[in-house]
This record gives sequence, structure tokens and C-alpha cells, in this order.
Amino acid sequence: MANLSLRQVSKRFGHVEVLRDLSLEIPAGEFAVFLGPSGCGKSTLLRIVAGLEAPTSGEVHLGAERIDTMSPGDRGVAMVFQHYALYPHMTVRQNMAFGLQNIGTPPEEITRKISEAAAMLEIAHLLDRKPGQLSGGQRQRVAIGRAIVKQPKAFLFDEPLSNLDAALRSRTRIELARLHQRMQTTMVFVTHDQVEAMTMATRIVVMNQGRIEQVGTPMEVYQQPDTRFVAGFVGTPAMNFLPVARVEERAGRAVACLPDGTEIATTVPVGHLPSGDLTLGIRAEHIVPGDGAEARVVVIERLGERTLIYADLRDGSTVVYDEPGDVRLDIGQPVRLAFDGAAVHLFGPDGMTLRG
Amino acid sequence: MADPKGAPSRGSTGAAIGEKHAANLLFVLPYLLVLLVLLLIPLGLGIWLSFQDYDMLGGWNGGVGLDNFRNLLDDSIFPGAVRNTVVFVLITTPAFVGLGLFLALALNDSLRRSAVLRTVFFGSSVLSVTIVTLIWRLVYLPDRGLAADILGLVGLHGFDPVTSETWALPAIAVVTVWWIIGLPMTLFLAALQQIPAELYEAAALDHASRLTTLRNITLPSIRRTIAVVAVIEIVLQFQLFGQALLITGGGPNNHSRPIVQFIYEAGFRDLQLGFAAAASQVLFALMLLAALGQMWLSRRGEN
Repeated sequence: MANLSLRQVSKRFGHVEVLRDLSLEIPAGEFAVFLGPSGCGKSTLLRIVAGLEAPTSGEVHLGAERIDTMSPGDRGVAMVFQHYALYPHMTVRQNMAFGLQNIGTPPEEITRKISEAAAMLEIAHLLDRKPGQLSGGQRQRVAIGRAIVKQPKAFLFDEPLSNLDAALRSRTRIELARLHQRMQTTMVFVTHDQVEAMTMATRIVVMNQGRIEQVGTPMEVYQQPDTRFVAGFVGTPAMNFLPVARVEERAGRAVACLPDGTEIATTVPVGHLPSGDLTLGIRAEHIVPGDGAEARVVVIERLGERTLIYADLRDGSTVVYDEPGDVRLDIGQPVRLAFDGAAVHLFGPDGMTLRG
Repeated sequence: MADPKGAPSRGSTGAAIGEKHAANLLFVLPYLLVLLVLLLIPLGLGIWLSFQDYDMLGGWNGGVGLDNFRNLLDDSIFPGAVRNTVVFVLITTPAFVGLGLFLALALNDSLRRSAVLRTVFFGSSVLSVTIVTLIWRLVYLPDRGLAADILGLVGLHGFDPVTSETWALPAIAVVTVWWIIGLPMTLFLAALQQIPAELYEAAALDHASRLTTLRNITLPSIRRTIAVVAVIEIVLQFQLFGQALLITGGGPNNHSRPIVQFIYEAGFRDLQLGFAAAASQVLFALMLLAALGQMWLSRRGEN
């Protein structure tokens, strides 16, 4: 168990800057999830930690050691790849033993470690099969087993669930979370799926265009996004963003006036507001039917336990809000919507969240 | 059923499939015709001919059973030609596999230098055997050729492989490898590029050295291609002809005469078609046996 420390890491491929001066501390034993859209640099960052890419500048430390100058095998990390990367011509047992044999581990110790890991992952009956004879989920477990036997200081996961079907993905998510609880090892998990990030992470590192947008616990990232990007990327359905036509002051707080004339009293102190166009952000669950903006239902998405209603405001902008699963509504039906001012976020022209 | 015509019965479905099969035959017919006319009929004709006394001048003098094959055994040149051909295959096939793999491993990257070298190594394959042997006869010139010059530097003077009973066949093997090393190299390159990069990354994280990676990741991943290259080269090199004819003419003292040259001379110089056909059947059997043996070996390795 060791803490992982990234210090001013940059990575450039030719003229393209993939990571820009990025610093991050991941405490020992934490389950950190790098979350971001494709091309944000999250996988590159993981590969720099693993030693599969060299940083253009900056340092990587694991525990007391600086590891960015070491070869991948010497770093004390184990990686689970997106496509598993199991050696196709070796049996499961040989796959798990390969790394240990290369560092001269005695055969009886290899056997013991493999049996322990196989028992933990319930793959003992698969040990003599080859990867081609396994299902996707089984291969995934073998890939994790191959990482476990090395007893690394940190586990690195590169979108390992993206090849699994939906049911298996949610089951594996739970298993990984339990594995982390049991092993208490530092784990770094890369994904573009915010559900995976929310459900497994101790802390989420939200990345965009080679920079860290926000680091925080899942609920911090969800409830107090630092930027408009984070607010929009985390949460399903995505947060509603509405342009603010003008701002008024009431008891020192900003009142946002939307283009359709709706006024929303926020908790943001008016003194902190920058000049320029502001954007108001509000999540679906903070819009409720009530005395407020006039709207017309355009789309109804029934998810079972709840229903998402997409409604057009008078100025033509669309908002989505929550209703119970059995709500009776029709397309085109007029509704009135109340916005919870206390839960509203205001974003400046630069995309930063405005706070008190 | 209200409308029996609308419901497909078992019989009508069967008929429909039968009709479809007849139509499908049209699509394979061109290939079948080529196979029949250019391969199967000549093969059958060759086998038939090998049991006949057939002279190009004297014509057909009836069947002679196994006489042609018996004559081959008693021939003063044929057993030597078989030995030469087998030795040639034993020299060149491992060289094609080993050197082809080495070149592919060395040039399997995206550097401009490697792209140029890949083209250079493949380049000689497009030359005709006449050009290739012309070049190499100059190289092998005694006293003045490139080979003599290089060997002279290390004190070996008077090297003349073309007239040496020991070195004539190896010299032809060198020419052959130089000429068509491009094909095995390209096949190996294609196979190497099929290996996912993730496997090498996993191996790097598994602390595998370069040698361990080559032995445990690369070679097992291209095992089938190694077998394919070996079989292709066995079949190709058993058919050695042009290089031997043009460089040594089969000499000195028949020490580099291959089976195909023997067949050519028996058939088109001595005009004994039946005898030449029998030698062809021996070559065919040898190639078939060697290729099957190689496939059996590689299958056994896989299990």
C-alpha cells in the first residue's frame, strides 16, 4: 500500500499537448477514478504511471520512490487492460504465473499465490483453460487475478469494464468495490462512464482536455461541481443549463432572470458576480411541478421507478425534470415548473462555478 | 391450412434448396474449369504418362508398368539429383524461416529507415531469375568477383564456388535466399503486426526481458505463420531449376543438378516423356511428404 503522487506531469505527442502540468496526490489505499470524455488524457496519465508512456516533464512517485524513471516491471504496479491482454497461448495458470516467474519467485510460492487469488476470484476451476475458452467476464477475472498475484503497491485499471455487457458490468463493479475493501490497496481506475466513477470511487478526478477539472468525493463532484464541464459530465440525466438574461439583487443574493421571464432566487452573493453572460445550472430532481415557469411537455422517458419529462419553456429552451414512475402526462400538455433556488448553480462566462 | 400453396411444405423447401445449389454451381464453375484444365487433367496425364513408354520422336509404345521408376533408381544421375535437391531444401528452408523472421523483427516499426529497408529487401524478389543469376555470376567470378574480393580480405584466395563440388550447391542457396527473402519477411511482418500491442505492454509490466518476450509472447503468437512459411518454402525450393541451370548448369560433375533440371533434360533434351514424367511423380511425392511432415511437426508442437 502506497500513496501515488503526480508532480507537474506534462505529456506531448509532437505538437499535441495531451496533459498539461498536472499534479495530483492519491493517498494510500484510496480508490481513485479518473473520469473524463474520450481524448481527455486520462488513459495517457494511467499509462505514464504504469511506465508504458514517458512523461514529457514532471515526476511520478509511488510511496517513497520516484518511479517515472524505472522500467514498467520495476514500479510495483499491476495493470488490468481494456481488452484484458491475456497471453492467448498460455493457460490461465501460466498467465498468472508469468510475471512471478520473471522475477524468480519460487514455484511453491507461485502455486500458493495463484490458488489464493483463484479462490478469491472464484476462477479455480478455470486454471487449466486458455483465454480463448473463457467468456468475457471470466477473462476479466483472470486479468484481475494476474494483477493480484503480483501483490502490487498500486492497481491500475484502464476501462476494464467497457467490454462487458450491462448486467455483468454492474456485477463486476460491485466485486471490484468489495475487492478494494478487502485488499485496501491503492487503486487507480480510468473510465468515461460516470456511473462507474460514482459507484466505486473514494475520490473522483474529473479530467477534460488534459487538465484536472475537479477532485472530490462522488457526492462533492455531484453536488458542488467546480466547473460547468463537471456539472454537465457527472449525473444522469445531464444537468439543465439555461442562459441568464439578467441578474437582480435581493438581500445581497443574486436573482437570476431567465429569458422567459422566470425569476430564480439563488444563494450566490451578488457581490461576487463577474461581468458577462452567466449560465444557470439545475439538476432534474430540483425542478418540481408547482407555481413557476410555464412549459409544455415534449418528450416522456419512462425509466420504471421514475419518469424523465422533457419540457420546453416559453422561450424555446428545453429542461428535463423528474416525475414518479406512474405519472400521467401527455406530449404537448402544459405544465408549470418551480425551480429550487437553493440547489441552483451559476456559472461564469469562463465556465467556473460562482460561489458565495 | 386454407392455402396449401402459400405454406411451404417440407418437399418444396427441399426442392428450393436443390435449385439454389444448381445456381451456386455457376459461380464456382469458372474456377472449377481452370482447376480441371490446368491442374487435374495435367496431373492425371502426368501420372498416366509415367507408366508409359512415350518418346517425343518415336511416339507412344504402350504401357511399361513400373519400368520408368526402376530405370530412375538405376540411373547414374537421378539419385544424385534427389540428394542435391533435398540438401538444397534443407539449407534454404531454415535460412528463409530464420533470416526472414530476423529481418521482420528488425524492421517491424514505423521508422522511415525500416520502410526503406523493407523495400530494399523485397526489391530483389521482383527480378527475374535471369537477372539474378547474371548479377551473381559476376559476384562469384574467380579472382575478380565480389565474393573473391571479400574472402581475399580474410586470406582466402582462389575461391571459385561455381566450379567447386562442395560449394556449388551452397552458392546457389545463397543466391536463392538473396533473391526471394522478401516473401517470408513480408509474411512474418504481417504476422508480427497482428500481435496486439497490449500483450507487449502486459509483458513489460510482467517484468519480461526482451528475450523472454520473444520466446514467450512473439514466437508463440506467430507459430502458424512460421509453419506456413516453412511449408511454402519446402514446396518452392524443391522446384529449384533456373538458378542451378544458369549458374552451374548442374555441375561440376552433377553436384548441383536438381530434380527439375533432370526432368527438363530427360523430357526436352532426350525427349523421353514417360521417363521424365516418372521423375516428376517422384518430385511430387517428395514435396507432398516433406510438406505433410512439416505440418505434422508444427501441429505436434501446438499440442
